[in-house]
Order: sequence, then C-alpha cells, then structure tokens
Amino acid sequence: MTAVRFVGGRIVGALVVLLIVSVGTYAVFYLLPADPAQLSCGKPCTPQRLADARAFMGVDVPWWQQYLDFLGGLFAGRTFGSGPAAVHCGAPCFGYSFRLDAPVSTLIADRFAVTFSLATGAAVLWLLLGVGAGVLSAVRRGSAWDRGAMTFAVAGVSAPSYLVGLLGILLFGFTLDMVPVGGYTPFVDSPLDWLWHLVLPWCVLAFLFAAVYARLTRGQMLEVLGEDYIRTARAKGLRERRVVGRHGLRNVLIPVVTVFGLDLGQLLGGAVITERVFSLPGLGSLLLEAVGNVDLPVIVGVTLFSAVLIILANLAVDLLYGVIDPRVTH
Amino acid sequence: MNFDVRKDRWAAAGALTVALFLLAAAFAPVLCAIEGQDPYTYDLDALDSSGVPVGFGGGISADHWFGVEPLTGRDLFAIVVYGARTSLAVGAGATAVAVVLGVLIGTTAGFFGGWYDRVVSRTIDVLFGFPSLIFMIALGAIAPASVPRPLLVVAVVGAFGWPSIARVLRGQTLVLRTRTYVTAAVAMGAGPARVMRREILPNLRATIIVYATTLIPGMIGVEAALSFLGVGVAPPTPSWGRSIGDAIAWVGTDPMFLVFPGGALFLATLAFNVVGDGLRDALDTRTAG
Repeated sequence: MTAVRFVGGRIVGALVVLLIVSVGTYAVFYLLPADPAQLSCGKPCTPQRLADARAFMGVDVPWWQQYLDFLGGLFAGRTFGSGPAAVHCGAPCFGYSFRLDAPVSTLIADRFAVTFSLATGAAVLWLLLGVGAGVLSAVRRGSAWDRGAMTFAVAGVSAPSYLVGLLGILLFGFTLDMVPVGGYTPFVDSPLDWLWHLVLPWCVLAFLFAAVYARLTRGQMLEVLGEDYIRTARAKGLRERRVVGRHGLRNVLIPVVTVFGLDLGQLLGGAVITERVFSLPGLGSLLLEAVGNVDLPVIVGVTLFSAVLIILANLAVDLLYGVIDPRVTH
Repeated sequence: MNFDVRKDRWAAAGALTVALFLLAAAFAPVLCAIEGQDPYTYDLDALDSSGVPVGFGGGISADHWFGVEPLTGRDLFAIVVYGARTSLAVGAGATAVAVVLGVLIGTTAGFFGGWYDRVVSRTIDVLFGFPSLIFMIALGAIAPASVPRPLLVVAVVGAFGWPSIARVLRGQTLVLRTRTYVTAAVAMGAGPARVMRREILPNLRATIIVYATTLIPGMIGVEAALSFLGVGVAPPTPSWGRSIGDAIAWVGTDPMFLVFPGGALFLATLAFNVVGDGLRDALDTRTAG
C-alpha cells in the first residue's frame, strides 16, 4: 500500500511540475516582443493581412487563452484557420510550424531517433566507464591508477564538449581518416553506417560524462567504505569483492542514479552542442534551426518536449530509488 | 584544515594560472599594444586567396603571436586576451548573481521554514527539472536587440545557477538553526535579521566561498557554449566560445584557429576546477585524500 502511494505521489508531483514548467515557458516566450504573425506576414505587411495572420495562428487572444488552446491541442488536437486554407494538427498537438508547414510533433518525431541513438549509446558507455573507474579509484585509493584516473577526470570535467568533439574530428576524422567527420545514417537504412557515424560522438560524450561520474562515484564510495556496516561485512569474513560490489555499490548508486536521470533527460531533450559539432540532425539541431528562423512554435514545442523528458527521467529515477533502497518507499 | 602536499601543489598551480588569466584580462590593451595589434583590425595580407592564413601554424609570426583568424586576418592573440575579459567578466558576473540569489533564498528558506520553505524547495525541484540550456538558447535568440547581450547572458545564466547553492545552504541553515548559540541569541532578544547576520551567515562563509569557486568554471562554460552556438555575446566583441564555433568550418584547413581559443578556455576552466577542488578538500576533512 505504501508503495502504491509512493508511486502515485511521485506521478502527481511530476505532473504538477510539468504544468508549472509549461505555463512558465509559454508565458516567457509569448510575452517577448517577437510576434510570430508579424514574422510570417511578409512584405508589404498590411494591417489587414497581419490581423488575418494573427487570427489564423490563434495569437490574437491573450497569452493565457493561447496557453489553454495549446493545452487543449495536446489532448484533442486543433485546427488553425478555417475553410480550404485550414490546417489540422492532430493530438498530441505540440503546436504548428507555419514556417515549415508541419505540426511540431511531426518535426520532433522525425528528429528524435537521432538524439535518442546519440544519448542512449553514450549513456551506456559513460556509466560503465565512469562508475567502474570511480570504484577502482576508491578501492585503490592513492595508487598510481587513482591519481592517473582522477587527473584524467578533472581534465574531462573542465573540457567543453565542443572542444573535445572538434579535436576528435581533427584527429580521427581528418588526420587518421578512421571515422566520418559528421552526418547521420538511420539505423534501418544501414546499421553499420549508423554505428560508424555515431562512434566518435559517443566516445566524446562518454569521456566527458564519465569524468563526472568517476569523481562522484569515488567520493561516495570512499564515504560508504568508512561506514560501520562495511566494517561489519568485512568482520563477517565476506570477500572484499562482495563487500564492495554488494554492500558498497548499492549505497553509492543512489546519488549516481540521481545525476544520471538528470543528465540523460537533458541529453534526450537535445544534445545541442554535440549535434552541432557532428552535424547530427537531432532535436538540438531542430531547435537551433528554429532559433535561426525565429520559428516560435517549434522553439516552445522543443523546450516543452525536453522538459517532459527530464521530468520523466526524474520520475523514473524516483521509482528506481525504491528498487535500489527499499527504505525509500516507507 | 587538512594539508596535502600533492593536492596543494596542484591547487597552487591552479591559483597561479587563474591569476595569470586575470592579469591577461586586466592588461589586455597593454599586451596588445606591446604586440602592436588589436582584436578588430582586418589584415587581409596575412591570408591567401581562399582566406586561409599564410605561413606556419595559422600565420604565427613576430607580428601575430598566435597567428590570425581565417577569412578576416584579425589578430588571434588579441582575440584570445580580450576574450579572457569576456569570459571572466561574464563568469564572475553570473556567479555573483547566482551566489547572491542562492544565499538569500537558501538561508531564508532554511531559517524560516514553513510554507515559504516548501515553496522554495519545490521551485528548486522545478528548476532542476528544466531544460535550462535549451531555454537559454531560445531566450538568447528571441530577446530584443535593445538588451545588451553580456548583461542578458549574465542575468540568464545566473538565474539558472542559484538552485544548487541554495539547496546546500538551506540544509546547513536547518542544522545551524538548532544550535545552542542560536537559541541563546534568540533568548537574549536578537531578532531574525540579527541572528542571520551574526550567527548563521558567518558559519556559512566557507561553504559559500567553496561553492562560488566551483560555480565559476561552469558559468564560463555556459557563456562559451552560448557564444559557440551564436546566441551569446554578439560580434565583434571577442569571445572564446564564438571563436571555437567559427573554427568548426576551418578545422580541416587551419586547426590552430581552434587550438588557441580552445586551449585558453580549457586551461581557465581547469585552473578554476583545480582551485575549487583544493579549497573543498582543505575545508572538508572527510573527503580529503
């Protein structure tokens, strides 16, 4: 019963956060003096044409009314304009790009596979590398390995992703000619080509994130290994492997999983910089293109979509806590 | 305090590097006068017909210490030292905004508790669950041009930076509030403002300094990232991030254009991180190595 309440509470909490984030985002972007109708009106823009464009886009009403229309569209879809010129945007309608003449949800769906491939592949690599290196460093504290790994990690934490990415392209793309310097092939077209294009971006992201996780894991592990129950476990005669692997790691995982949820959520919502460096046509590129064109519905849609992903990732983390540490649900 | 010779040597090297960057930024006009260049003048003679710098390492010479920018021939050394001004000023400004907000919000939430604390804690949760980089990019792109860019970047980056420090200070204030000397001060008739100023804040000073130091490199990184993406500091103001962004197109033909601004950004961030680590270890005996 407590578990059901715990899960239910978390889901309600996530929905509330989502609602607040969406109102905030919507208000900020629509209160700024960038009138989408003005931008798409063209020249000469007569007052009559401007008013028509506003009515067509549904921006001739106050922002909160627009927000309610937006919310309605999410559940029921919505139609812009009327008569033969009308465009329909089916549920869940994240807005409609009049510039690209397509629903924002379609645009996002087209790009999401790229970002998803990039983020999940890198995440697997950095979790293994980062947590592994951190545990080893903690267990062999002060050793040559520990010093080397931690020097490497502080460099990784300090290096901006675009710099590492560009240096990687320079070395492995141009000089050694081992991997392509950019671009993307869908998995369904050619799995091998897909892999080929993603290897370098994965490694770059994995290196940067693994550095953070190695530092975090090492610090947590050192703290946990000083606890009484670890001494108890050792006193019971358990092998060191089991003490570290079972009793230590389980307690280290809670903060690691917390950060992992935030990171993965952020990345899934658009690895803007990495996508730019490696010319990957993902969500981040969609956002940058929309920013260049001042395509407001796409900007708002992508921002909200990435908020949804982060909140979902956090929700998943909250629920995972209950699995890792059963005390949480009580 | 725990002194570790190896860690301290690292931290000392970091502090020295930070000091050098501060000096370079402060004396950028002097350094450029010695070199005889500035970051705005075009020098097309230093380029070949396709816009690539002539000569070794992207046009390194006695006139151009770091070579020149492709396509324009502007002096790269001048761009890098003036870029240090941009990065450090925006980094320090955004950190100041984040720390002031974080201290105000975090300590009051921990001190007063109740519904105010609940609202603050929820707000922090919301901000953590927020695509802040994406939001900053979008905001940077559609904010009106009348707002000065560096100020906008400082405000926006700072406004997203306060939750982490606020959360830590809230937790520490919750503990400090129950200490006997706080109870004694209240019993002797001290009001909330006096207790905060005289009893709570002095005990948080170390935490605030460490957190401020660890925030700076992150803030520098965000400014560089925004400028890299073309929504940060506007040209022609030199910015390491924008130069690195421009270098994408030239990485195959003029890699040195990437190496100098990129190296400066990496070194500065690394130096601040090492100093922050050293400070944290010195203050926290539990994790000291």
